[in-house]
Amino acid sequence: MEEARLRELAAEFRARHDPGGDRLEFLRARFDAGLAWVWYPEGLGGLGLAPELQRVVDEELAGTPQIDVGLQGIGLGMAAPTILAFGTEEQKRRFLRPLWTGEEIWCQLFSEPGAGSDLATLATRAVRDGDEWVVDGQKVWTSGAHHARWAILVARTDPGVPKHRGLTYFVCDMHAPGVEVRPLRQITGEAEFNEVFMTGVRLPDDLRLGQVGDGWRVAQTTLMNERVAIGGARVRRGGGMLGPVLDTWREHPELRTHDLHQRLLALWVEAEVTRLSGDRLREQLAAGQPGPEGSGMKLSFARLNQAISGLEVELRRDLGYDDWTFRRSDTVDFYGRGAGYRYLRAKGNSIEGGTSEILRNIIAERVLGLPAEPRVDKDVPWKDLPR
Amino acid sequence: MTLLYSEVEEELRAAVRAVLADRCPPAAVLARAESEPYDPSLWKTLAVEIGVAGLLVPEEHGGAGATASEAAVVLEELGRGVAPVPFFTSSVLATYALVRAGETGAGEEVGGLLGRLAEGRATAALVVPFAASPYRPWPVRGGVAEAGEQLSGSVADGEARPSGSVADGEARPSGSVADDGARLSGSVAGVAGADVADVLVVPVPGPDGTAVLYAVDRAAAAVEAAPSLDLTRPVATVTLDGAPAVRLGVVDLAEVLRFGAGLLASEQLGVAEWCLETTLAYVKDRRQFARPVGSFQAVKHRLADLWLDVVRARAVARAAVSPSDEARPDPVAVAVAQAWNGGVAVHVAEEALQLHGGIGMTWEHPVHLFLKRAKADEIALGTPGDHREALASLADVPGPVPVSFAE
Repeated sequence: MEEARLRELAAEFRARHDPGGDRLEFLRARFDAGLAWVWYPEGLGGLGLAPELQRVVDEELAGTPQIDVGLQGIGLGMAAPTILAFGTEEQKRRFLRPLWTGEEIWCQLFSEPGAGSDLATLATRAVRDGDEWVVDGQKVWTSGAHHARWAILVARTDPGVPKHRGLTYFVCDMHAPGVEVRPLRQITGEAEFNEVFMTGVRLPDDLRLGQVGDGWRVAQTTLMNERVAIGGARVRRGGGMLGPVLDTWREHPELRTHDLHQRLLALWVEAEVTRLSGDRLREQLAAGQPGPEGSGMKLSFARLNQAISGLEVELRRDLGYDDWTFRRSDTVDFYGRGAGYRYLRAKGNSIEGGTSEILRNIIAERVLGLPAEPRVDKDVPWKDLPR
Repeated sequence: MTLLYSEVEEELRAAVRAVLADRCPPAAVLARAESEPYDPSLWKTLAVEIGVAGLLVPEEHGGAGATASEAAVVLEELGRGVAPVPFFTSSVLATYALVRAGETGAGEEVGGLLGRLAEGRATAALVVPFAASPYRPWPVRGGVAEAGEQLSGSVADGEARPSGSVADGEARPSGSVADDGARLSGSVAGVAGADVADVLVVPVPGPDGTAVLYAVDRAAAAVEAAPSLDLTRPVATVTLDGAPAVRLGVVDLAEVLRFGAGLLASEQLGVAEWCLETTLAYVKDRRQFARPVGSFQAVKHRLADLWLDVVRARAVARAAVSPSDEARPDPVAVAVAQAWNGGVAVHVAEEALQLHGGIGMTWEHPVHLFLKRAKADEIALGTPGDHREALASLADVPGPVPVSFAE
């Protein structure tokens, strides 16, 4: 379907549905019309089109009720592509619609206190009991678990095989008995993340995503999408983390120094070349030439955010902080609040969704073909690994 | 705007790469670097058979009328081989100046010259210091001349100085124009490509900051090549002493240099790519402590960072030659490309040398040719710092207000 036809379709939809009416009704109807995410299959909120055509729909439906991409980030960016790739028809039909409309919020039960960069060594157990699985363990760094109806969960179903092979991927019911969510306070003072404790949580087998023992492969889909979700967003020239620092710079000539000027110009350049490579990457994807360049985007994004927000604090010479009060955040916001918050929150950018060190390993081994470090954990059953 | 390569560009790349693979391995470049750095026979093949010399020449003058984006792909390949041919100096920089001059002045003279360049029958060089930048296109003299003072071309402190009228502390070659043509006198140091040029294209300051372009036959000039940092693109001093010259037209010299700077980013990308690929191959092969050195995380992480620098250098090199509305180089895109790629090429070459260990420090290993090219390119047509400084006004990031601490 060409662009003009899609534009027509979106305009027709807009004419037939009152954007001033019930928000949820509008979003559900948009999903059912295939105008939620046009690259998804028909019947699942899409029309089976190229992803770059989404722009056309977004333009036509500007000013109508919108989904909350902040609150729904994990559902949209990570759970949905994984369900689409590995879910049964029934699972896709059950989960994708309320996921997209935001009626059901998702979170991600991956990292554990003992399994961060080495995610595959995770210890949360899922034991089969008839048609059910019984899950016990502890997850951490779970953004938005306090809002979530569902979670994507990786658990160990076979401790007797090497670590990558004994994992299974589930959808976890966050309302099930035995799921306990506790806020985890961060260096910013607020709690965007949580610890999630699972004690005897019973999940029916039809919440399993993919084959038993295939969890690592399914998780790779989630993780690849996560890295695109963090740092893959299109920005305008001088936008993103640069926006607030450039505003301050222009409005307060008295704060400028030669040293800051040199550093700011260098960061402006790096932000611009990073923005251009993001544009080029999206062009490659649109032209059906996906390259490995995406692996580096989060790495650049983290470095830049940290350097720019650090410079901003220095520029403002402000020894204060807006608010240390402990509170739960509604959404993940890298750019909000004051300069001090931005600086502290950006520290997480090189840790969340794969540390910068792990990303460099991935680039070195998968993109550049460099040999792996010698490993002691590859062919050893998980239960026999030294701890 | 597209930042991808077209099919035509990929075909052009493949053709150039095939010739270079056959005729221009690094060992061959190294072998001739100290005697006759340029390879005229290789240049003839590229210029005539592949047709790279006429890429930027309009079709009406016998060229291909191609875009900057296509010429840039050739530069990527030539950069990958530090190929000793005058493509950048003659077919990009001088040719672009001529095309622009032809739009204002003696169309026939320019047309004839462009035709000869396109056919590979002649090469040209733009007589400006290769280190001149779009922001300061004329050579600056470190003198203290008063405005309006007349300088002679005398040697004052062991350094040859250009003769010319000094208006604002800047020395420029002067041109004395007669009815039957022109005669030029002056001296310009640090000119790239002059030693292999048949025709010298000489800009002389004109009214309102423009440059009047003249053609001078190579035989009418003294061209003295000096030992140069870049072995494969040496610079020379061009001295004119009442040399007969043909007036070609008027150009905006800053724009010509900006066009060159935008394309140079693609050569820098090519240099960086060769260094990265060669280093990757080396660390996979080289074993120490009973392992390939490329399996050590300390080495892998550096290479991952270099790769990311090069990925971004490619996007920005493409952006710098992306066709804009007026087919003129976009000042922001060029400044960004040079501010980034100039430094990236040097950094990747330096890291390549270090990661090669001892062999990287030897004359026999070609990595030094790339380091020297990268370092010279970093200075050519404005340093990364010059381009960043320009962005202060181009991108509205103004500098500090002067403050006096003396009160």
